[in-house]
Amino acid sequence: MTVHDLKHAASDSARLEAVGGRLSRVDGPAKITGAAKYAFEQQLDGLTHAVLVGATIAAGKVTAIDTRAAETAPGVLAVLTPDTIMELRGASDWFGNPPALSTYCPLAREVTFSGQHVAAVVAETFEQAVAATALVKVWYDETPAIVDLSDGKAGDGIAIDAMTKEWGDAQAAFAEAPVRICAAYNTPREFQAAMEPHGLIARWEGDELTIWEPSQWLDGMARTYAEWFGVPFENVRLVSPYIGGGFGSKALALAHSAVAAAAAKMLGRPVKLVLNRPQNFTSYGGRAATRQTVAIGADKTGRIQSIVHRGVNETAVDGMWVEPLGSVTSIMYATPNFSSKQNVVRVNTVVPGAKRAPGENPSAFGIECAIDELAHELGIDPLEMRLINYAEQDPHAKKAWSTRQLREAFAAGAEAFGWAKRSPQPRSMRDGRQLIGWGVAAGTYPVRRAHGEAVVKIMADGSVVVESSSIDMGQGTYTILAQTAAETLGVPVEQVSVKLGDSHFARAGVTGGSRLAGVMTGAVYKAAGQALDELIGLALSDPRSPFQALQANTLSVKDGRIASPRGEGPELSIAEFMAAVGRDQIEAKGDTMPANSTPEQRYKNYTTIAMALPHTEGDWSRYSWCAHFVEVKVDEDFGTVRVSRVVSALDSGRLYNPKLAESQWKGGIIMGIGQALLEEGIVDRRHGRIVNGNFADYMLPTNADIPDIQTISVGIPDPHSSALGGKGVGELAIVGIAPAIANAVFHATGKRVRDLPITLEKLI
Amino acid sequence: MRDFAYVRADSVEAAHNAAALPGAMLLAGGTTLVDLAKCGVAEPSTVIDISHIEGLSAIDVTADYALIGALAKMSHVADDRQVKSLFPAVSEALWQAASAQLRNMATIGGNLMQRTRCPYFRDPTNFPACNKRAPGSGCSAIGGVTRGHAVLGTSEACIATYPGDLAVALVAFDAEVDLGERKLKVEDFFLSPGATAEREHDIRPGEVIRAIEIPGSAAARRSTYIKVRDRQSYEFAAASAAVGLELEGDGRTVRDIRVALGGVATKPWRARAVEDALKGKPLSEDTVRKASELAMAGAVDHGANHYKISLAPRVIARAILKLGETA
Ligand SMILES: Cc1cc2nc3c(=O)[nH]c(=O)nc-3n(C[C@H](O)[C@H](O)[C@H](O)COP(=O)(O)OP(=O)(O)OC[C@H]3O[C@@H](n4cnc5c(N)ncnc54)[C@H](O)[C@@H]3O)c2cc1C
Ligand code: SF4
Repeated sequence: MTVHDLKHAASDSARLEAVGGRLSRVDGPAKITGAAKYAFEQQLDGLTHAVLVGATIAAGKVTAIDTRAAETAPGVLAVLTPDTIMELRGASDWFGNPPALSTYCPLAREVTFSGQHVAAVVAETFEQAVAATALVKVWYDETPAIVDLSDGKAGDGIAIDAMTKEWGDAQAAFAEAPVRICAAYNTPREFQAAMEPHGLIARWEGDELTIWEPSQWLDGMARTYAEWFGVPFENVRLVSPYIGGGFGSKALALAHSAVAAAAAKMLGRPVKLVLNRPQNFTSYGGRAATRQTVAIGADKTGRIQSIVHRGVNETAVDGMWVEPLGSVTSIMYATPNFSSKQNVVRVNTVVPGAKRAPGENPSAFGIECAIDELAHELGIDPLEMRLINYAEQDPHAKKAWSTRQLREAFAAGAEAFGWAKRSPQPRSMRDGRQLIGWGVAAGTYPVRRAHGEAVVKIMADGSVVVESSSIDMGQGTYTILAQTAAETLGVPVEQVSVKLGDSHFARAGVTGGSRLAGVMTGAVYKAAGQALDELIGLALSDPRSPFQALQANTLSVKDGRIASPRGEGPELSIAEFMAAVGRDQIEAKGDTMPANSTPEQRYKNYTTIAMALPHTEGDWSRYSWCAHFVEVKVDEDFGTVRVSRVVSALDSGRLYNPKLAESQWKGGIIMGIGQALLEEGIVDRRHGRIVNGNFADYMLPTNADIPDIQTISVGIPDPHSSALGGKGVGELAIVGIAPAIANAVFHATGKRVRDLPITLEKLI
Repeated sequence: MRDFAYVRADSVEAAHNAAALPGAMLLAGGTTLVDLAKCGVAEPSTVIDISHIEGLSAIDVTADYALIGALAKMSHVADDRQVKSLFPAVSEALWQAASAQLRNMATIGGNLMQRTRCPYFRDPTNFPACNKRAPGSGCSAIGGVTRGHAVLGTSEACIATYPGDLAVALVAFDAEVDLGERKLKVEDFFLSPGATAEREHDIRPGEVIRAIEIPGSAAARRSTYIKVRDRQSYEFAAASAAVGLELEGDGRTVRDIRVALGGVATKPWRARAVEDALKGKPLSEDTVRKASELAMAGAVDHGANHYKISLAPRVIARAILKLGETA
C-alpha cells in the first residue's frame, strides 16, 4: 500500500527522524508525483458504475417509481429501487448498540430530507448511468417539511438530559450579579467540504467483500458492512491508503456505501459509486446548525459569578446527532455557579455529523464571544478578563488539569502579536477606509484516548515494516509512525516503511477526535519495543549469534547497528545479524489494551467507540489548549472583513513532529476563518433544500483570504495524556478562531455580529 | 450527459453554418458550456469547437481603440501591457474574474455569453420552474434564496443577476461587439429579461462573436474596476463598478465620466444618471456620494439582496474617488 521513498523525506539532519523531529511528510512525494493511488483510482476488470437518484422533496412518501425507460437505456445493467434492491440486515451503531430494525434498506420509501437516495442506476459506464438517472421517474406524496431551527413547526425539541451540567445556583447568582450580559449566538449548517468526494468501489468474491473507500475508520466500517451482509468481519476488507480530506465525515459506512456494495453483490460485478459534488452536501451530514444563549453574571472586578447556558442543535427526523454545546462553556472559566442545558430539534435534513471539533467549536463561539462582551461591558481588556477568570482546575470535573499551558499561550501569543499596543475603544484603529480590529479568544479540545494495536517487523535486510489499519488523511500518520519506530528500534528512518489503510492489518479504532497520533505512537512504541527485545534476546542467546559469547545482559541498537553498550565485542548491522542467525524476520504485535482483555473486548475496542477512555478518568482532566490573536480589516463602506494577521499559541503537549503539527494547526485556523466569514449551507425554505451545494457557491477561503499565520507551541510533555506525552493536535486550532474574528470585528466596527458567517450585509 | 456530435470548425464561416442548425452550440474555452452541460442546463445536440479557428485571438491596442479577438484568453487580455495602460478597467475586470485556471481557459467571446449564476437556473432536477430555462414555467427564485439576485432591471419573469465582470467595463466605455454581418453596442447586445427571460443576448442562430472593439478615450485611460465580494478571490461580484474619469485642466472638474455596474442588475448596467450628475461639477466626496446614489433609481429588492441597494453606490463612489485622488 505504500510507495513512499523516505530518502526524499528525510533530508537535512539525523535529528529529523527522532520523535519530535521536523521530518517532512513521507507520503508527500508520492502524492505530488501522482504515485499515491486513492481509493477510486483502482482499476478493476469488469467495473460497473452506479449513480444515485435523490429525492426532490424534503418530506413525504415515494408513491411510485417508473424505471422502464432507464432500464432500456444504453449500457444500463440495473435500476435499483426500494423494491428491487436486496434486503440488508440492520447494523449496530458506532457505540455497538444493536439496530432498532432487523432489516435495512438504503433507498428511501419515506423521504425525510431533500436529496435522500431513492433509486440508483448501474451501467457499464459512468456517463450511461448518469444519463439513465434522468429517465427514472419518481412520484411523491409530499408532506410539509420542517426546514430548519427557525421553522415555526420545529418547536423546542427534545431535552438531552445527559448534556446537562450544573453546579451552585446559576439562575439566582446571575440575577444577583452586579454586571450581567446575555446574548444569543448562532452558527449555520456547515459542511466538511473535503476535496475528495465520498464514494467507493465494492467487489464481491464469493462471500468475501473488498471495499476501496476513503475511510477514517476501516475496522468500524468493515464491521458495518459485515453486519449488513451477514458475513464474518474477517470477510470484509476495507482498503483506504490515502484520503483526500475527511474532517470527520468519512468515519462511517453510509447509505450510498450500502447501495454500491449491494449492487455489486446483485450483479456479481464490481461497482464504483462516487457522489457528485451536490450529493456530497446531502448524502451525509455536516456540522449541525446551532443556537446558544450565554448569560454571564460577574462582579465589578470582572470575576464571574455565574454562567447560564442554553443550547440547541438541529438533528434529523430519522437520526440523532447531539453537538455538545456546553463542552467549552463548562470548563474554560472558573465560576462558582453554572448551568448548561441542551435540546435537539428534529428538522428535515440528513443526519448531521462530525466536523472538525464537533461541540467544542460552536461551544467556544458562544462562550468566547460572551466573555468578550463582558469585558467590554466592564471596560476590562479582554485578555485580562480571561486571566481574571482563569480556571486553575477543571471547574466541571473538579479535577486537576493534567497540563494546561493556557496562561503561557496567552502570554506568548500576546507578546508575538503586540497585544499591549491595542487601543481599547472599538473603531479606534484604522488604515484609510479600513477599520482595524484586534480580537482574542481561547480554544480547547479534550484528549480523547483509546487503545491501539500495531505490528512491527524487522526484515532480513534490516528494514522495518510497520503495519496498522489506521489511516493518514494528511495529518501525518505515515510520518510520525516511521519516526516512532525508527527511534524505538534505533534504525535510520529511511529503513522504516509504514503500511496503513488496510483493514487486514493490525486493527485500529476511529481516526477522529484528534486521538490517532497519541494512540498509534503508543502502540508502535510498544510493538517496536517488543521487536527490539526479541532481537536483542536472540542476539544474546542464539547459539549462532556473534554476541552470544559476550555473556552481556543487554545490547544496544543505534543507526541500525547492533553492539554491546560499552562497545567491546562485535558490531553488526541488523541485516548481517539476521543472516548470521538465519532469520528472515522478527515480528511483534503490540497493543495497549489491558493484558487480560478478551477477544470480544478487543473487537469492540476497534470497531466501536464504546471503549474510548474518558478524558477525565482517574485524577486528571486532560485537554489541549490554545489562544488566538487575530487582526481584521473591515472596509467601512463595503462591510467586507479580511483577516490580516493571526498569531496562535497552542498547547498540544509534546509534538511528535512539529512541522506536521504546525500545518494541522494552520489548517484548523484556515478552516476557522472560513467558518467565521464564509461558510453557510443556505436552505430554500419552501423546499427544504440546500441551494449552494457546490464549490462555486458554498464559500470556502481561497489563498487570497489567508494571511500569514504564526503558530507558537507552548506545550510540555503530558504523561497523563499519552505514552509519549502528546495531546490532540488536529481539531484544537479551529476552536476559538471564529470568536476571535468576531471579537476583532467588534473591535474594528463597534458592531457585534453573533450569527455566523460574518458576511458583508451584516456590517453595512 | 447525453450523446452529442462534435464538430471542429476551422473557419468562422464553417462555424457560422454549423451553428445555425437547431441544437448546435459553440464551444470556446468550455468553462461555461461544460459546466452547464453537467448541471443539465445545456443539452446541445452538436458541439462546434471554435477554439482552433485561427486569427480570432489577436489583441490589437492603440490609443484610439482596442480590438480584441473573440478567442483571446481572459488571462492574455488581462496581462496585455497596452490594455493595462490604455484600458486599465478592462484588465482589472478580467483579473478579478473567476480563477487563474479559468482565465487561462476562458475566451472573451465565451465570457460575454456566460449565463447567470442563479442557483435555481442551474438545478433543473430540483427546480423545474425557471423562465430563463423553460419559458413560461415560472421563476423559482422569487420568494426563495435571493441574496445574489438583481435589484435593477428585473421583471416579474426573472430577477437573475448578470454575473460577469468584463462586460461591465465594456459597457462603460461604449464597446461594440462584432458579429460579422452586424456590429452592436455591448450595452444593446445584453437584453433585460422583461417577459422573455430566455433571451439574454441579441444574437441570432449561427452568429459568431468575432471581436470586441473598445474606443479609446481619456476616461478609458484613467479607469478602474472595483469588485466587492465576500471572499477575496474566485467569487462573483456582490457589487462592482467600472468607472472612467477625465478631468478638466483644473484637475478637479469632471469633463467626462463613465459609470457601469456589475453584480446588481440583470445586465451590465450603465449608470448614466450618475455620469450626468457629475459632468461639469468639481469632485468632492459629498457630491460623488450623492451622485452615486442616483444609480439605484428604480431598484427593487427581494429581501436578502436588499444590501445591494446600499452597497452599489458605495462601490461607485469609491471608484470615482480613487480615480480623483490619482489626479
Ligand atoms: C467557478 C466559476 C467562476 C467564475 N467566476 C467569474 C467571475 O468572477 N467573473 C466573470 O466575469 N466570469 C466568471 N466566470 C465565467 C467565466 O468567465 C466564463 O465561464 C468564461 O469566460 C466563458 O468562456 P469560455 O471560452 O470558456 O466559454 P464557453 O464555455 O466555451 O462558451 C460559453 C458560451 O458562449 C458561447 N460562445 C463561446 N464563444 C462564442 C463566440 N465566439 N460567439 C458566440 N458564442 C460563443 C458558447 O456557445 C457557450 O454558450 C466563472 C466561471 C466559473 C466556472
Ligand atoms: S431568477 Fe431567472 S434564472 Fe433564476 S429561477 Fe427565476 S427565471 Fe430562472
